[in-house]
Amino acid sequence: MSGGAKLPVRVAEVVEVNELIKRFRFVSRDGSDLPAFSGGAHVVVEMDDHGTRRLNPYSLMSDPEDRSAYEISVRRDDQGRGGSLFLHRHVKPGMEFVLSHPMNLFPLDNRARKHLMIAGGIGITPFLAQIAQLSHFSGKFELHYSARSKPLGAYMDRLSSAHPGKVHCYFDNQSQQINLKTLLATQPIGTHLYVCGPKGMINWVLSTAESMGWPKLALHHEEFLAPGTGKPFEVQLAVSGKTITVGTAQSLLEAMEAAGVDAPYLCRGGACGQCETNVHKCDGTILHRDHWLTPEEHAEGCKIMPCVSRFEGKTLVIER
Amino acid sequence: MSLDFKPGAFSDFFRDETFRESFTYRNSPDAIRRFPFPFDRDEYMYSVNMEPHVPGRKGSVFEKTFDVDEHYVSEMIDRAKVLADDPLRCQSLPHMTLAGWDTLELIMEAKARDYPQWFSLTKEGDRWHWINRPLGIDHTFTFLDESTLPYGPFEYIMRQTQGDWTLQDERDGTLWLDAGVATSQADWSADFDIGMNFHEWHAPVPLAHDLGVFDRALKFLLKLQHGSPVRRFNWTMTVNPLLDTSPENYPKWGPTKTTLTQENLGRKQHLRVELQSLYRLPRSNAIAFDIRCYLGSFEQIVTVPKWGRRLHRIVRDLHPDLATYKGFIRNRPAMAEWLSKYDDGAPTSPGWWPED
Ligand code: FES
Repeated sequence: MSGGAKLPVRVAEVVEVNELIKRFRFVSRDGSDLPAFSGGAHVVVEMDDHGTRRLNPYSLMSDPEDRSAYEISVRRDDQGRGGSLFLHRHVKPGMEFVLSHPMNLFPLDNRARKHLMIAGGIGITPFLAQIAQLSHFSGKFELHYSARSKPLGAYMDRLSSAHPGKVHCYFDNQSQQINLKTLLATQPIGTHLYVCGPKGMINWVLSTAESMGWPKLALHHEEFLAPGTGKPFEVQLAVSGKTITVGTAQSLLEAMEAAGVDAPYLCRGGACGQCETNVHKCDGTILHRDHWLTPEEHAEGCKIMPCVSRFEGKTLVIER
Repeated sequence: MSLDFKPGAFSDFFRDETFRESFTYRNSPDAIRRFPFPFDRDEYMYSVNMEPHVPGRKGSVFEKTFDVDEHYVSEMIDRAKVLADDPLRCQSLPHMTLAGWDTLELIMEAKARDYPQWFSLTKEGDRWHWINRPLGIDHTFTFLDESTLPYGPFEYIMRQTQGDWTLQDERDGTLWLDAGVATSQADWSADFDIGMNFHEWHAPVPLAHDLGVFDRALKFLLKLQHGSPVRRFNWTMTVNPLLDTSPENYPKWGPTKTTLTQENLGRKQHLRVELQSLYRLPRSNAIAFDIRCYLGSFEQIVTVPKWGRRLHRIVRDLHPDLATYKGFIRNRPAMAEWLSKYDDGAPTSPGWWPED
């Protein structure tokens, strides 16, 4: 069920945070309070990019108890499909948007005695909301945040001054790196570990923690994949009885939606599992790009995640 | 601050009745017309059948988010008695306090909006002023500050809310039943199930596992979104309008199953319908599950001719495993015999509204 209640909002403010990142502040169009949310939640922003409908997920970074507005920070991706470029170049205060209600695929585990957070680059955004939420309940946390350089370390000053002693910053251009092994070895029992950032960083942190014997249930990460581009391809939708063509800068999910098929989704980034669809016939190669299906399932080719995965070959028939 | 009820106002609407010993529970004729009769056709098969919990037909039990009916005050007095005997019927693990506040907010906002004649909520920043006129409660407290309430937020609002509730924490790809209140449940109890995950607490339902319905239900629930609650109906049978048919109290209520005769069956045998609704909570990301119970005696249900015919066919033809699971396999022949007098074999119209 992709539907659900929506939040009609207006852009109240656009702030250039640094040369790569802009922050957008949304308020409800009728001036009413927006729903409170949980730290780590994202919203799906519906955009009309000059006739192309884009639905992109962004983590909420504002204080979950501040119901007057939602804020997101968007990093410009010059190689991407255009969602971030649209936001950076064309979105001005006063423009109207529709947001999904917040949903959370990266929640805090409220049983944790301490929350250890590791952020890389724009991966800081969900932590900003989580830290604000924890601060309301005197929850214990420690943040380790790396950025390419000091100017690109968005919100570092704000975090460091609000939470002295709890925020540790690292800069790639000064060859600084988190001393991960020592950090993980010295955590009190009952600590949960959260990581959000580039893929390489997530893999490094998770594999190090696992090799040091951290329980899997105490490890949390969030990685939204951008759907990516590729060659156009054709797909037959068995239940809907339609044949559609997926364009170069379009995902299979977006192509289904454009054809009027109401397909389920939550994350639109290959992580949540909701869009999973059975493959009825495949004469060619499925380009699996999700991290939901197991490597075995990828090899079998009986399932596909339409939000990120593509196809090359002659015929693909999927259930939807 | 305490939570002593001072009911009395609106006593022309709220019934003064009991759910034990003297069993004075009854539905008024109006309440029977709005009874959530759960069968929309003459056969029944277990299914998950969720639908959006949006305001329904005027006068129905889902016209409002939370139905407050003529049994409200008596049910709350009954709940207070059950909790006095057995405080463990309401539990909330420590990490669920935030979910308790979410639940309190959800219920107070909905009731103040839907029933302004009975409930009022005014906020000045974090200072909230709550008035519950049917129960005679007038409190001011600080939102998110437990020390300003006489109970934790979950228990506080549950003592003023009909229905059994559970709160599910979402972790590790499943749901964990980490808070709950159960004083009117059918054969399960908060004490048994606290800490269980989704598949563990559903284990007793026969047939359902074969059908894979729980895997699909879990997937459905995990994508439940804030602002888009869902509902479904479930039903069972109970002798006497006993709200508390929990496993712990089986010695008290089990023997009543053997007291049925053709003479007293219409009065004693009740169809018990659960209106179950589910809400994603905003701050905690937990899921609240409200199991609201409605009881109708057979003799009151058959006052609607369509329901009398249909209930007979359902009871007569139900799969034996389900009749066993729902606890009436032994009394089924007697129930079917009693109901057959109200089934002339005429066709019934689709849907469950009384008049169509
Ligand atoms: S929508 Fe989440 S995996 Fe596709």
